[in-house]
Amino acid sequence: MVSGAGGGGNDVQWCFSQVKGAIDDDVAEADIISTVEFNHSGELLATGDKGGRVVIFQQETENKSQPQCRSEYNVYSTFQSHEPEFDYLKSLEIEEKINKIRWLPQKNAAQFLLSTNDKTIKLWKISERDKRPEGYNLKEEDGRYRDATTITTLRVPVFRPMDLMVEASPRRVFANAHTYHINSISVNSDNETYLSADDLRINLWHLEITDRSFNIVDIKPANMEELTEVITAAEFHPHQCNTFVYSSSKGTIRLCDMRASALCDKHSKLFEEPEDPSNRSFFSEIISSISDVKFSHNGRYMMTRDYLSVKIWDLNMENRPVETYQVHEYLRSKLCSLYENDCIFDKFECCWNGNDSVVMTGSYNNFFRMLDRTQRRDVTLEASRESCKPRQVLKPRRVCAGGKRKKDEISVDSLDFNKKILHTAWHPQENIIAVATTNNLYIFQEKVN
Amino acid sequence: MAGAEGDDSLYPIAVLIDELRNEDVQLRLNSIKKLSTIALALGVERTRTELLPFLTDTIYDEDEVLLALAEQLGTFTVLVGGPEFVHCLLPPLESLATVEETVVRDKAVESLRKISQEHSPVDLEVHFVPLVKRLASGDWFTSRTSACGLFSVCYPRVSSTVKAEIRQHFRTLCSDDTPMVRRAAASKLGEFAKVLELDYVKSDIIPLFTALASDEQEDLEALVMPTLRQAAEDKSWRVRYMVADKFSELQKAVGPEITKNDLVPAFQNLLKDCEAEVRAAAANKVKVFCENLPEDSRETIIMTHILPCVKELVSDTNQHVKSALASVIMGLSTILGKDNTVEHLLPLFLVQLKDEVTHLELSPVSHLSVSLSLVVKDLSDCTTAETQLFIFQCPEVRLNIISNLDCVNEVIGIRQLSQSLLPAIVELAEDAKWRGVEFFDEKLNSLCMAWLIDHVFAIREAATCNLMKLVEKFGAEWAQNTIVPKVLGMANDSNYLHRMTTLFCINALSEVCGQEITTKHMLPVVLKMSTDQVANVRFNVARSLQKIGPFLPWLD
Repeated sequence: MVSGAGGGGNDVQWCFSQVKGAIDDDVAEADIISTVEFNHSGELLATGDKGGRVVIFQQETENKSQPQCRSEYNVYSTFQSHEPEFDYLKSLEIEEKINKIRWLPQKNAAQFLLSTNDKTIKLWKISERDKRPEGYNLKEEDGRYRDATTITTLRVPVFRPMDLMVEASPRRVFANAHTYHINSISVNSDNETYLSADDLRINLWHLEITDRSFNIVDIKPANMEELTEVITAAEFHPHQCNTFVYSSSKGTIRLCDMRASALCDKHSKLFEEPEDPSNRSFFSEIISSISDVKFSHNGRYMMTRDYLSVKIWDLNMENRPVETYQVHEYLRSKLCSLYENDCIFDKFECCWNGNDSVVMTGSYNNFFRMLDRTQRRDVTLEASRESCKPRQVLKPRRVCAGGKRKKDEISVDSLDFNKKILHTAWHPQENIIAVATTNNLYIFQEKVN
Repeated sequence: MAGAEGDDSLYPIAVLIDELRNEDVQLRLNSIKKLSTIALALGVERTRTELLPFLTDTIYDEDEVLLALAEQLGTFTVLVGGPEFVHCLLPPLESLATVEETVVRDKAVESLRKISQEHSPVDLEVHFVPLVKRLASGDWFTSRTSACGLFSVCYPRVSSTVKAEIRQHFRTLCSDDTPMVRRAAASKLGEFAKVLELDYVKSDIIPLFTALASDEQEDLEALVMPTLRQAAEDKSWRVRYMVADKFSELQKAVGPEITKNDLVPAFQNLLKDCEAEVRAAAANKVKVFCENLPEDSRETIIMTHILPCVKELVSDTNQHVKSALASVIMGLSTILGKDNTVEHLLPLFLVQLKDEVTHLELSPVSHLSVSLSLVVKDLSDCTTAETQLFIFQCPEVRLNIISNLDCVNEVIGIRQLSQSLLPAIVELAEDAKWRGVEFFDEKLNSLCMAWLIDHVFAIREAATCNLMKLVEKFGAEWAQNTIVPKVLGMANDSNYLHRMTTLFCINALSEVCGQEITTKHMLPVVLKMSTDQVANVRFNVARSLQKIGPFLPWLD
């Protein structure tokens, strides 16, 4: 384990490592990154985009002779995961945008991941090939046929080394199980099953069976006019294969135990913080909607992201979170304009570092926030082209909420709300983070002295 | 063999070999299926030195191809030169045993098990066991799960040192981090236990739950029972479901004593489980479980322990539970005997019949109706009039009984029928469901009367017809006392349709009632109606007269 994993957000100095994606300002819609995920070892980093493509980067093995040269992530494989489809029955287009990617724990030499768009989940196998067979009986290697009469002996092909080739092949397609848009997938710790969640239902799948899935949560009311709440995210517990949580648009999280009954409509635990009456406003319910929920690696806590804050919950305490961090409180007075430009509905994700001591989430103006739980400190950093020099240390950024703006601060009104960081990922063991701006992927690493 | 015969015989083999690399998966599959042909053509040495190395590296293929390959290799002993060289087949099978597709791994393990028998004890220790050890300590759980299936086949014939190593590996896999490996180990527990020496079974094997069907292994029962009890009360409903599902096998395995003492309470709990799926699974096993109870205590056990639970299940909220029960309840009647059936099972039946949901399931109802008609034959033995009445309050039961009125009549007799059934059956006439649906062979009088004045003409007509049959059946005297007065009474009804019905009835009845009744009672009524206000009635009077004419005594 690299030493950096123990450090907190502020002891660590983050520096630029790499940026992926087109440099120009003209953003092609298809290139907008929609999900980022490290695999279980951190060696591979996958991104999905709006055009339905998956790009996987691989960490180069460190060069021991040059410790300053931090390992870089280079393209390992690119493939088209989903294509746009048309639902003829409802006259609706099904977007090819990749909503989520989840890696399976490695089970043999190949790598496996699940990628999903709004309706269909696919299991992809990414394997390496470094040898190829040579030697035909009836033709030359270039394809020309030989004269059949010249064959006097039989020839068995032999494998010879070749340049490494990485192939991605779809192994399973899990389709037709969701009426509404899939927002989450989560692999069970039993490595055999996974769940997929849409606005109203959660289904349980077996990785080897594509024609059947079990519905384990159904919050669709008998009368759709009574609909008040939708599912926004869902995740399996990292160790307990029978436990999962799902969050809602009303700011609640439900923990369910699949052993208790076949249909988990009744939750085992309900996590909800009573509303602060002083903060009540027209937008209270909208901003309380949880956009992401993630268990900590040790399985004792879970983190939720709503529009303005990040909350850490102890699984044993349902009535309030144990920690609350403000992400961009200065936006509270701007909710009206954020509502008008729809930004209030942006779904920010959040993530834990390897030892659950620091959490990270994105904001606007290409800012992202590192919240150190042990040291109770936080920092705002920016993913920008200006700080793209190799190993350049990122400077903390400050937003001026009102009053006199100091030097180096940026005023709230100058924030660019089109530059949002919704997707971030943290290497499972090292202090390496991947931050996605609209169409670029930034990789930052801990500064090594 | 190789190449000696000339080009013609080589050509097809050459094609097959080349097609092992064809882009079309069907062609590759075809070649793999003909691998033995290729091997024969190459001869044993080239098969060993060239073909097998090539196959070992071809794991980049589609599942179907790999599956076919795994299967082929299991039959290749002769083609590589016999048992002396069978270990050459191990490398390709080893790599197939680590593939992510379960079906391919399973087939590879199956083939490995097959060829293990061809290995000499020395070869087992030199080649086979190292392979198993490599798989068992592999990085990926896929290879470790495959290893689980290979312990029992190599254990018997190796030396005791190696045996100890194998046992150690198996123990390690039973407590592997990955659940899939533990489960694979658990599923092979029984098989491995069979090849172990008894001492090691007691000392080494972890008591995981498995369905063992062998009586010899009494010691294993002692190991299994605590686990079974635990499983039946497991927190996870799926475990309890599996226990319920396998209950009859369990029963056979543990024998009558343990069944009485342990399984009956366990079964009761499963029937009362909080999860509907578990209750349904247990309900499906009720009949089989009861059938397999020891004969001497069977009836007692069922009456005291099982039946009370079953009674509760009949009013379960879950549809699947009730459906499961419907198909087994009557099966119990043969076990319980007539008295218990009528007293205990019949009411349950009826509750089910009444239930909306069970109605709609054709099979239970038709099954029930068949059994019910048989049961009804025993109704005369039934001591409680209440039960009789109760029975007839249910429409489906009435339907069945009416359809089987012959047998009911044999048993009960008309008087009893009319006396005890009358109050209940009048209800049936108002039951909207049965209008126009069925034509019955016989009718009871009030029943018929109701149908005679039904809104629907066809019903009235049918009722009339049935009336005729009734009279035929029960005789003119009966008709005179019961039916005729009622029919004639209708002649004074304010509804002209009812008056016309009287005429139609008279038309029908005159034939069977005989001259006397027709002349004395029916004719006057007909004549009276000849002055009816409604023309249609008068018209039908004329027709009636024509009809009944032949039955009137000719006046001189």
